[in-house]
Amino acid sequence: MEAKLHDRAPGDEAAPGSRRHQIISGLQAYVIGLVLAVLLTATSFWAASTHLLWAPGIPIGLAVLAVAQMGIHLVFFLHITTGPDNTNNVLALAFGVLIVALVVAGSLWIMANLNANMMPSPELMNMQMQH
Amino acid sequence: MLGKLTWDAIPFNEPIDLGASLGMIIAVVFVLGLVTVKGWWPYLWREWLTSVDHKRIGVMYCVLALVMLLRGFADALLMRSQQALAAGGAPGYLPPEHYDQIFSAHGTIMIFFMAMPFMIGLMNFALPLQLGVRDVAFPTLNSVSLWLTASGVLLTNVSLVIGEFARTGWLAYPPLSELRFSPGVGVDYYLWSLQISGVGTLLSGINLVTTILKMRAPGMSYMRMPVFCWTSLAANLLIVAAFPILTATFAMLLLDRYLGFHFFTTDGGGNPMMYINLIWAWGHPEVYILILPAFGIFSEVISTFSGKPLFGYRSMVAATMAICVLSFVVWLHHFFTMGAGADVNGFFGVMTMIIAVPTGVKVYNWLFTMYGGRVRFTAAIHWSLGFMVTFVLGGMTGVLLAVPPADFVLHNSLFLIAHFHNVIIGGVLFGAMAGYTYWFPKAFGFTLHEGWGKASFWCWFVGFYVAFMPLYWLGLMGMTRRMQHYDNMAWQPFLLVAAAGAVLILCGIACTVIQLVVSIRDRAAHLDRTGDPWNGRTLEWSTASPPPSWNFALMPLVEGEDAYWYMKRRAAEHPAGHAVEPKYEAIEMPVNSATGFITSFFAVVTGFALIWHIWWMVWLGLFGAFATMLVLAWRDHDEMEIPVDEVARMDRAHRGSQGAEIAR
Amino acid sequence: MTAAAHAHGHGDHGVPLSTSADGPAPKRIIVAYGFWIFLLSDIIMFSALFATYAVLSTATNGGPTGRQLFDYRNVAIETGALLASSFTCGMMALAIEAESRLWTYLGAAVTFALGAIFLALELREFADMIAEGATPQRSAFLSAFFTLVGCHGLHVSIGLLWLVVMMVQVWAKGFRDTILRRLLCFSLFWHALDIIWVAVFTIVYLMGGGR
Repeated sequence: MEAKLHDRAPGDEAAPGSRRHQIISGLQAYVIGLVLAVLLTATSFWAASTHLLWAPGIPIGLAVLAVAQMGIHLVFFLHITTGPDNTNNVLALAFGVLIVALVVAGSLWIMANLNANMMPSPELMNMQMQH
Repeated sequence: MLGKLTWDAIPFNEPIDLGASLGMIIAVVFVLGLVTVKGWWPYLWREWLTSVDHKRIGVMYCVLALVMLLRGFADALLMRSQQALAAGGAPGYLPPEHYDQIFSAHGTIMIFFMAMPFMIGLMNFALPLQLGVRDVAFPTLNSVSLWLTASGVLLTNVSLVIGEFARTGWLAYPPLSELRFSPGVGVDYYLWSLQISGVGTLLSGINLVTTILKMRAPGMSYMRMPVFCWTSLAANLLIVAAFPILTATFAMLLLDRYLGFHFFTTDGGGNPMMYINLIWAWGHPEVYILILPAFGIFSEVISTFSGKPLFGYRSMVAATMAICVLSFVVWLHHFFTMGAGADVNGFFGVMTMIIAVPTGVKVYNWLFTMYGGRVRFTAAIHWSLGFMVTFVLGGMTGVLLAVPPADFVLHNSLFLIAHFHNVIIGGVLFGAMAGYTYWFPKAFGFTLHEGWGKASFWCWFVGFYVAFMPLYWLGLMGMTRRMQHYDNMAWQPFLLVAAAGAVLILCGIACTVIQLVVSIRDRAAHLDRTGDPWNGRTLEWSTASPPPSWNFALMPLVEGEDAYWYMKRRAAEHPAGHAVEPKYEAIEMPVNSATGFITSFFAVVTGFALIWHIWWMVWLGLFGAFATMLVLAWRDHDEMEIPVDEVARMDRAHRGSQGAEIAR
Repeated sequence: MTAAAHAHGHGDHGVPLSTSADGPAPKRIIVAYGFWIFLLSDIIMFSALFATYAVLSTATNGGPTGRQLFDYRNVAIETGALLASSFTCGMMALAIEAESRLWTYLGAAVTFALGAIFLALELREFADMIAEGATPQRSAFLSAFFTLVGCHGLHVSIGLLWLVVMMVQVWAKGFRDTILRRLLCFSLFWHALDIIWVAVFTIVYLMGGGR
């Protein structure tokens, strides 16, 4: 009994064909990934320091660029795809992302709310800042 | 040279503490001495301490849990008696500094070193057997997890003798737990014990998730897994998701205490509320980590002893995974009163009420499983029925507390204490006892004494209600938690009744101990010869009791839900098929490893050194742990072969007794 | 379905079966998946630190802010170094696939050097900040900054140590299955660290400092 189309290990490549083909296509993936990542990084740094963009939109733009770059890493360096042999890997990733989103968004919402409601009065604040 | 450690650390002038310390030391010395005199060390080392077999590791986790149950319950008796006495102006017998350590130790031990190890132990034991595989995904790592948990246990117990424990409750809220207000070593003992055992737990979670998702017998698709495997999957996913938060939060508090950072201090811009937010983002999933395996155990027990497949398998799975995700959107209900606005409180209140729905679905499924079945009222079913009544009650008080305005009155009152003990005892502990009773014969080859088991249940059941129903009333009357003494004389009668309930529970624990002694003594009369004492439905019952280290001579081919039940029916219909012997092959199994034990030794050294600021010892411990890892990484042989004759011999013996059973 | 049909490893409709129908997955998949789960747990740990940083980023306690402290050229070089090291790690992975010891050692050496450059720059940044009084004890913001960025740096340090150990293992034992599995885990780890760094430089340096 042979192993057929099993799940793929995360990080392993899917390229079929000869060893030589695999290495060339692997090299292609890394190069494309590097180029795209460099582009996104440069764009992020530029966006953060330029005066050409509408200021309130910059944080969101940076976030989008960051998420895009994470995607580039996942696809080109970690070979995560949406194929059926990668389902478990993607599901695990999705679960992790969900938890991160809940913890971060939840904490930010809660703490902003708490800080606003529990902000000490100016006199108390003065006392605190004197330490 | 020895950091902060001096002779003052030993409680020579605190009689109760000194007495408890001496008692513990005597017990430990007695056990170690007995083992030495009887010459059991080589056997223990070879068969247990260096074992990477999930069955052995599971048993050791459960032993740890039962021993810690005694320690945690001793704390409970101390608290109940103190509160029963200290009414009006009476001081009781436990000074406040001591009482505070007791309630902190009680909670820490019961959650981290009793409930968690018990559940993890049962999951460790049963999962690979139910999945039809030979072991978990990473057996050596499994051993490391067990021993790191034991390290945490050891450090916490050492705090009784050398130094003190935390006085800050089982979650050590800042600012009280900051260095400024808790300058002693108590909080450090707490933090390092839990960081170390937390690593073990996280590794265990990774191990079991990988096992369930990547290692199952041929034919066992997801929808053919036993429900216990589903609930274990959900629980272990929660471990993987939640424990990193605990690690990060404790790390930040440690940085505050050791290096003067300002995460949660009251000065420097620190925000203690962030600790409470993060710790409960872990803390709420934690209680679901505890209860989900118990739900799974009850599903197995109820369907087995009703002689029917579990009602509503798909809805059980859906409910389980819903609980898994929902448990991450309710955590604010632990601090409604901390000052968030109505919108935030309202959202989390509603989500908390919603999470009760899938649990309700499960209860109805269990009831419908029993309905129309031929229920055998074994001890395990007693625990299950007791659970259903008690847990539902506790859940209802939980839904009551989920209403923020109600919680404003009841937060941190004895009503809250009663609620969570209601669900934890009724759910987790009863589940642990049911699982213990159910799988004991599989682990040891003989069943537990039914009579003492039922006696234990009744003492626990009645004792629980007597101990905790008064606390609901007291909470409504305004009594706060963690009180070393109180002025309101009207409260005392209730606390006396509660103390009596605690004594009843003590009888329940005594019954369990007696049950074990009697069962071992009379084991010849209660042998499990066939491996299937309960006429079970899942794959673990197809193995011998106890199973050989490789579990299955041939991995079973699964063709439906309740895989073993299906196999038994087929064997009954085609007895000739069963008589045909399978083709045996040699089996590769992982070798034993001392890695876990030695790593945990260095973990204890490092932890102790960090607590007492003995910096050279910290480096020694860390280096030792690193060296141990290198030794493990360098070994050339990580597997050994079980010869085909051995496999065949054990399996033929088992098939013989199985065949006799089918013929009957 | 008969056992024979199972033996061919195809379920209904010719859809490739998940590992369940064929029994336990091969060891490489099990090990890599387990490590993947570990990485996700590590990312969740970082997210708790990120959340804390975000909450405390304005708690400067009268001390210096990010804008006053951060050196963006330094951050850009660090980012470039780490990204390049991810690329060279990929090259190393290809060399391992080709079972070429020479190229593996080369790939590892360059990856190590780039990672070490990253660390050196980061340590220098920390030292400079501390020298001018911006210590982690100064304010909650600085505590959070040093912890978040420092935790990432600690992971990079552990990665470099791991890489050295792995190269010694390749030298001593060659490209055995166990070594290959561990190298796969290392690659996963190293790439994940770069992913986390994307979040760090975006949220801490670019959003926090800006122009």
